[in-house]
Amino acid sequence: MTPTPHRPHPEIFDIAVIGGGIVGSAIARELSGHDVSVALLEARDDVGDGTSKANTAILHTGFDAKPGTLESRLVARGYHLLSDYAKATGIPVEHTGAVLVAWNQEELDALPALKEKAEANGYEHCRIVDADEVYRVLPDLGEGVLGGLAVPDESIICTWTTNLALATDAKQRGTTLLLEHAVTGIDVGDDATTLYTARGDVRARWVVNAAGLGADMIDQLFGHDRFTVTPRRGELFVFDKLARPKVGKIVLPVPSSRGKGVLISPTIYGNVMLGPTAEDLTDRTNTATSEDGYDFLLSKGARLMPSLLSEEVTASYAGLRAAIDRDDYLIEATPEQRYLLVGGIRSTGLTAGIAIAEHVTGLLAETGLGLRSRSDLPAPPRMPNIGEATTRPYQDTDLIAEDTAYGTIVCFCERVTEGEIRDACHAPVPARSLEGLRRRTRAMNGRCQGFFCGAAVAALRTQHQTDDGCCSQHKDK
Amino acid sequence: MTHQLPLIEPDVLIIGGGPAGLTAAAELVDRGAGRVMVVDREKHAGGIPRHSDHTGYGLRDLRRVMTGPAYARHLTDRATRSGAEIRTSTMVTGWSDQHTVDVTSPEGRYQIRARAIVLATGARERPRTARRIPGDRPHGVYTTGQLQNLVHLHHQPVGKRAVIVGGELVSWSAAMTLREAGCTPALMISKYPKAESYGAFNAAGRTILRVPVATRSRVTQVLGKGRCEAVEIEHLDTGKRRTVECDTVVFTGDWIPDHELVRSAGITLDESTLGPLTDTALRTSRPGVFAVGNMLHPVDTADVAALDGKHVAQQVINHLDGRSKPAEGVRLIADAPFRWIAPQILRPGDPAPARDRLLLWTDEFVRFPRVTVRQDGRVVTRRTLAWPAAPGRVFRIPSSVLDGISRTGGPVHITM
Ligand SMILES: Cc1cc2nc3c(=O)[nH]c(=O)nc-3n(C[C@H](O)[C@H](O)[C@H](O)COP(=O)(O)OP(=O)(O)OC[C@H]3O[C@@H](n4cnc5c(N)ncnc54)[C@H](O)[C@@H]3O)c2cc1C
Ligand SMILES: Cc1cc2nc3c(=O)[nH]c(=O)nc-3n(C[C@H](O)[C@H](O)[C@H](O)COP(=O)(O)OP(=O)(O)OC[C@H]3O[C@@H](n4cnc5c(N)ncnc54)[C@H](O)[C@@H]3O)c2cc1C
Repeated sequence: MTPTPHRPHPEIFDIAVIGGGIVGSAIARELSGHDVSVALLEARDDVGDGTSKANTAILHTGFDAKPGTLESRLVARGYHLLSDYAKATGIPVEHTGAVLVAWNQEELDALPALKEKAEANGYEHCRIVDADEVYRVLPDLGEGVLGGLAVPDESIICTWTTNLALATDAKQRGTTLLLEHAVTGIDVGDDATTLYTARGDVRARWVVNAAGLGADMIDQLFGHDRFTVTPRRGELFVFDKLARPKVGKIVLPVPSSRGKGVLISPTIYGNVMLGPTAEDLTDRTNTATSEDGYDFLLSKGARLMPSLLSEEVTASYAGLRAAIDRDDYLIEATPEQRYLLVGGIRSTGLTAGIAIAEHVTGLLAETGLGLRSRSDLPAPPRMPNIGEATTRPYQDTDLIAEDTAYGTIVCFCERVTEGEIRDACHAPVPARSLEGLRRRTRAMNGRCQGFFCGAAVAALRTQHQTDDGCCSQHKDK
Repeated sequence: MTHQLPLIEPDVLIIGGGPAGLTAAAELVDRGAGRVMVVDREKHAGGIPRHSDHTGYGLRDLRRVMTGPAYARHLTDRATRSGAEIRTSTMVTGWSDQHTVDVTSPEGRYQIRARAIVLATGARERPRTARRIPGDRPHGVYTTGQLQNLVHLHHQPVGKRAVIVGGELVSWSAAMTLREAGCTPALMISKYPKAESYGAFNAAGRTILRVPVATRSRVTQVLGKGRCEAVEIEHLDTGKRRTVECDTVVFTGDWIPDHELVRSAGITLDESTLGPLTDTALRTSRPGVFAVGNMLHPVDTADVAALDGKHVAQQVINHLDGRSKPAEGVRLIADAPFRWIAPQILRPGDPAPARDRLLLWTDEFVRFPRVTVRQDGRVVTRRTLAWPAAPGRVFRIPSSVLDGISRTGGPVHITM
């Protein structure tokens, strides 16, 4: 095993969770609600910097999951858990509803079965609607809609705030957050397992592997050979806010064997999104967008909503789903190694995260790990609102009267104020880079991409840089 | 928000304190328009020239040449001295009715209602994302605006070796800034057969800048994890691709007006400029709302924007006096190789356009352009101009070419 320079964590944690995405953060938070010590290890310099930052950010009802799977159960439960958690913490959510649109006879014929499937998943609110009704709610759709399936509870959410709320909550409940702790070696001892990282070893009695795209590698370090993660790239376009009036609901395609297909969705920040593609890669770090991906999306977009394509593109990005060679989540405990794997959380992990955490806690309790709920939990954190649907600081007269920094708009396109940037730099899980700041405030994410504010935002970040002890240094490449 | 926001009611509100807005403000006060207020979202008034720290400003409006920051200061001082009220760090965030806007500032959130409103919000460059260029998302990718902000206002370092995308006037401005910041502009990339604004620089200027230009080329990909490492470029005629190493990429030119307030008001847009459709009096489709500067012609030099401001002042006063009754007019339409024309409407009884010039943007380089004006199938004017038409900068045509048209006839087509 890799020798390490120093041992900064002499204590033995009860549980170490590997991976600070939505899933790992949710697990750490849930476990820290019990009488155990928890460490959350994340390879990068921020939480939520992997798959969890680059998805389509839909809070799924789970209507179209495969009935009977663990995924279908956890997505359906996750929908309710996350909806409630969002209310408690202020994670932006909009219950816009979705319409699954049929563009040909075959798709139209598939709708009744989809409705039955939804019902088999315990979701009763789907309704088959005719073309007129589809156009009534989505008048800008292209020509040729034959009908649709309304899914009134499908919603949009802020994936960044979700991840951040969970990690902040975990930290406030006592989780030790260890950033820049990429696990490179594992030694399972009699009482404790040692996780080797370039920043020192971390020892824990139990280990939960929620490493997303890296979960199979961690699994191999435990000596297993059960699955391989295939990075399935999804590329997306984000269109200008001026297009938002065209898209009041999520426009879903009728699913095919190739996956869920390309959708058009409003975003919680007031934009419109087109995507994602689905392409299996080998390079797990390849989050580049591609010419083929763009062409594919634009040809789909031309059919779905031609007028959308004449709007400006604000951003484009790609996320990698952690696909595995089976049709369900792979969540399994290996008690003799005091190890639990959370793998294959592909395209629904944002929604299911909290439910996965609950399930994992149940499995751990079954193994005899003493898990007593704590009665002294701190209240969940109140997250800054970066959603467009409710009052933001620049619109809040009282807030500005208290603190003029909320009246000083720095990022004009996204209307982010100096107060918000300052707060994000001093938050319990602070922004350590410009990227981290973007995800916490929306600064520089707008149509000008920094033309006006880039330099000013960078200066503010430097001015407000703090050290929270999660990793040794701040950096901006 | 339940309670009513505080309201202030100047006679004229100018949104945007760049050269156009500031000049309009000074002229309006000088001509007795009453209480004139300028709001700008930046900490200081002056607009783009504030962070464009090189010379080349003020020629046409002030008859002298100075640096951007000096020019910005000059216009700000002049507006202030004339008695216009300038409110900075004050952003208009939307409309609450036809002539009332909402603003946010450190002093709070309030509303401004004015008898006339002048939109002077300028233009910006399309960033890489808006140009739909795929690849990685590394650091070190800027627009000229961001670059100049970083270097001139915040004194931040950039990389060592840059590729400049575009060959417009502003692209050369980016090259100068890069050199100043110690970064070598290693290559300029233009889709045109010659770097668009090359001709604008004299031989000496070109020698100082010494930037090799890849013409007929486009960027197909940005490469690099973390920091930018290279761009992939393609020759448009041969389709051949190659990789050019660089740690910095500057996307220059490719302008779009900052038209959010225009669109959210439902004011009619010109589909080609993407700014508001305006007549020669610089009226928009909403009565009492005027527009000036780069949001009408993305993008011309600062002095031309300023002279729009001067031109609009009398029009606004006519409106305040109830003397401005716009009649039906004719549409001016720019045909290929022109991309756009501004202004777009000529009405009977209206003044000639600002500076007696029509502004156009061309996609082709023509050394001795022969401009043709047609109306209702009839050639009204053919005129050969003494200056070239080149992509990447505004092409100006004397408005006298319209002399023979009927202001009550069909649309007027202008081509070359
Ligand atoms: C294009 C796309 C669209 C999607 N749309 C939706 C949607 O609309 N709704 C929805 O619910 N879900 C959606 N998803 C799925 C959702 O984003 C994922 O299921 C979820 O983010 C997975 O979270 P995670 O915590 O498992 O993974 P990640 O967020 O990837 O977190 C894993 C973390 O582990 C860290 N890590 C890896 N290896 C190591 C190591 N050796 N040591 C330490 N740390 C390590 C990584 O750095 C990473 O931060 C989508 C996904 C994609 C790609
Ligand atoms: C990098 C660069 C280099 C240039 N170099 C030269 C040069 O060398 N010589 C030259 O003559 N020209 C140059 N130009 C062009 C020149 O800067 C412009 O023509 C000129 O600034 C246009 O003036 P304007 O008043 O129309 O707009 P701007 O100068 O863009 O001013 C618009 C103002 O409106 C404000 N604003 C926008 N929206 C709002 C809102 N909602 N609320 C409040 N305020 C708002 C903005 O903050 C801004 O201050 C350059 C331009 C750039 C980008």
